[in-house]
Amino acid sequence: MTTAISISGLVKSYGATRALDGLDLTVDTGEVHGFLGPNGAGKTTTIRVLMGLLKADAGQVELLGGDPWRDAVALHRRLAYVPGDVTLWPTLSGGEVIDLLGRLRNGIDPKRRAELVDRFKLDPRKKGRAYSKGNRQKVALVAAFASDVELLIMDEPTSGLDPLMEAEFRECVDEERRRGRTILLSSHILSEVEQTCDRVTIIRDGRTVETGSLAELRHLTRTSVQAEVEQPPAGLGRIDGVHNVRVNGGRVDFEVDTEQVGPAVRYLTSLGLRSLTSQPPTLEELFMRHYEGSGQAPAAAGAEAGR
Amino acid sequence: MKETTGTGTLLRLALRLDRIRATVWVLALSIFTVASSASNFDVYGTPQQRAELAASVETSPALLALGGRAFDLTTVGGVTAYQMVAFTTTLIGLMSILLVVRHTRAEEESGRVELVGSAVVGRHAWLASSLLLAVGVNLAIALLVALGLIGIGLPVTGSLAFAAGCAACGIIFALIAGVAAQLTESARAATGIASAVLGLSYLLRAAGDAATATADNALSVLTWLSPIGWAELLRPYTDESWWVLLLFAAAGVALYAVMSVLAARRDIGAGVLPPRLGAPAASPALRSSTALAWRLQRGTLIGWALGFIVVGAAFGGVAQGMVTVAGQNPDVADLIRDFGGAGSNVDNFIAAIASLMGIVIGAYAVQATLRLRGEEAEHRLDMLLSTAVERLRWVGGHVTVAVLGTAVVLTAAGLAAGLAHGLRSGDVGGEVPRVLGATLAQAPAVWVLVGVCVLLFGLAPRYSIVGWGVLFVVLVIGQFGKILQLDQWVLNLSPFTHVPDLPAADFTATPLLVLVLVGAALTAVGMAGVHRRDIA
Repeated sequence: MTTAISISGLVKSYGATRALDGLDLTVDTGEVHGFLGPNGAGKTTTIRVLMGLLKADAGQVELLGGDPWRDAVALHRRLAYVPGDVTLWPTLSGGEVIDLLGRLRNGIDPKRRAELVDRFKLDPRKKGRAYSKGNRQKVALVAAFASDVELLIMDEPTSGLDPLMEAEFRECVDEERRRGRTILLSSHILSEVEQTCDRVTIIRDGRTVETGSLAELRHLTRTSVQAEVEQPPAGLGRIDGVHNVRVNGGRVDFEVDTEQVGPAVRYLTSLGLRSLTSQPPTLEELFMRHYEGSGQAPAAAGAEAGR
Repeated sequence: MKETTGTGTLLRLALRLDRIRATVWVLALSIFTVASSASNFDVYGTPQQRAELAASVETSPALLALGGRAFDLTTVGGVTAYQMVAFTTTLIGLMSILLVVRHTRAEEESGRVELVGSAVVGRHAWLASSLLLAVGVNLAIALLVALGLIGIGLPVTGSLAFAAGCAACGIIFALIAGVAAQLTESARAATGIASAVLGLSYLLRAAGDAATATADNALSVLTWLSPIGWAELLRPYTDESWWVLLLFAAAGVALYAVMSVLAARRDIGAGVLPPRLGAPAASPALRSSTALAWRLQRGTLIGWALGFIVVGAAFGGVAQGMVTVAGQNPDVADLIRDFGGAGSNVDNFIAAIASLMGIVIGAYAVQATLRLRGEEAEHRLDMLLSTAVERLRWVGGHVTVAVLGTAVVLTAAGLAAGLAHGLRSGDVGGEVPRVLGATLAQAPAVWVLVGVCVLLFGLAPRYSIVGWGVLFVVLVIGQFGKILQLDQWVLNLSPFTHVPDLPAADFTATPLLVLVLVGAALTAVGMAGVHRRDIA
């Protein structure tokens, strides 16, 4: 089997609110798949359907070859889940929770557990109520990474982790990838997905808007370029794919569609290029493009930033 | 920024959050108090009826312990004070404790205090706003109670004293909860500490009041050690001792001072008592959802069992006294028969206390079963059900703990009462099984409450808290049903009505079997609901 998760046309409503509205998602076995979307887009709802906590209203959902609602218990032996907001039992220590969750899955690797507790700098003796948000997150992460499972589903797993721990987390994801495990990683932090994921699915308002490898998605974005030239770059705006040209004496700022970088740079060289910096497209920009479609978020954000 | 900056805003927030809950408490407590008092005009309307009551009560330690201090039963007001003051003030105390802990330590535990604390809010604003809300709610109850009691025709001065006692007692327990909330990091533990003080206050006044029936009444001073006792000693409707309010005021100032000192000395999220560390790894036994349910619930169960060893021993110890008192006075026998049954006076008394303890142990059952909802509402269930734990197995774990736990607490109560009674009557071997049988016979009725809670959790999870309302109705029917002369069909609504009055009546298995089946059916329907619904 090559598909770990296969969702098509998933619909889930809460009363009058349609949280998921025909969502599609395919995760291949062995890949690290980023699941991106702004807050409220439906990431958590999708994951909770996958975990058999919510019953789908319509659509097909297949998880590890089974039905996530009907075969929940059998499937759950083979996967580990890290919720977005981890809450622990106030009277149980972190170490107890890690062991319990591992035993309730397919067992836990004691060596890997000890190593992870160390790497994440977790005090396993503290009781649930004494942990900060980040430390609660670490408890769930250690339990997930140390469990003997084939699929990891993580809902915004790094929220609450400090940068050092985020790096440790990325390291762990890489190790899991090398072991051939499949990971679904939801996030609204794009750099995290860029650094860790093979493929990405972007959703908005309960619908899938884009899916593919990062390379495939980059063609949708623009590289931003700053350059200094000897002669005024008057003809730059006429080149296909060049946008938002701002000239200030010999300095020029512009954006260019990724596939048109060559002609633009050749033109600048012909004017006597003194310096050139370019920034690769970020997923932030990709993301903003999908916001623009909704007609609300960017306008509001821009207006607020302007004040 | 002052320490209390933002109190007004937080008070409005608390009012908004509590608008339904607080309204229900205020209306339920005041209407219940006034309605019960009004019924005294019917039941004890004539001097003859009141004289009969006085003859029974004033010589009976048990009736004084169950009701309250009886200063003057020749007036309807005096009867009302005897019957209602201790009961109403205890419930108001409970309400105040739950309210204050919910708005202080529980908020802190959830992390919301930190969130709001980053806005312009002084470090004592949470505490101040919660206490102001508690004071407001208590004053609202007092106002309604005073107006209601005056409205049904009781004397104005006495009604004001009754209401003042209610509000003062409620505020004292709000402050006690405020202190408890500074001590521990967990809301559950804070509620536990404050409730233990409430329970002790009730027992102290029960012991002190019971002692007034005996010739040597030195122990009656115990009532003075209890805020609930102070509300009685205000003597509503009988030469009111207004100066007792000074005791409330002094205690209030002292508690407030202690609370302020404690609050100033600790960090947000921390308690004055240091948190204890746990085990670095789980014991081999912690490997199933049922083992987890037991682990989460065992502390509560042990607390209830220990508490009922004390309560059972206290009730068992006074049972033998019923022989002499009731032998001299046929009216006591009548009254006890209302609660108990048609046997000897001692047996009737044992049947009555077994039923009362059964209903109170119903609170354990409701608390243990509603853990289900707590686990879901606090989102711990997501991670648990994402492992290979079947939903119904998880529900079954908690239900098993509630069902067996009920039997354990009833056994503790029955053994303690049987031993105490057996030692007094000189027949330990004979009395222990009889009294134990009487308390264990309550188990099927308590299990019906478990079933009601599972049903609510399965079909209407957001309304699981209604389980407590059902318990309250059962308590009112059990405590006041016969005194209020409610119709039989109303009495039949309570499962405890159907339990045979052991050891006063003969054992009949049929009603107990029916209760077991009803409880099982409710549980099954609730579980079917859990099986098919979304997890919140």
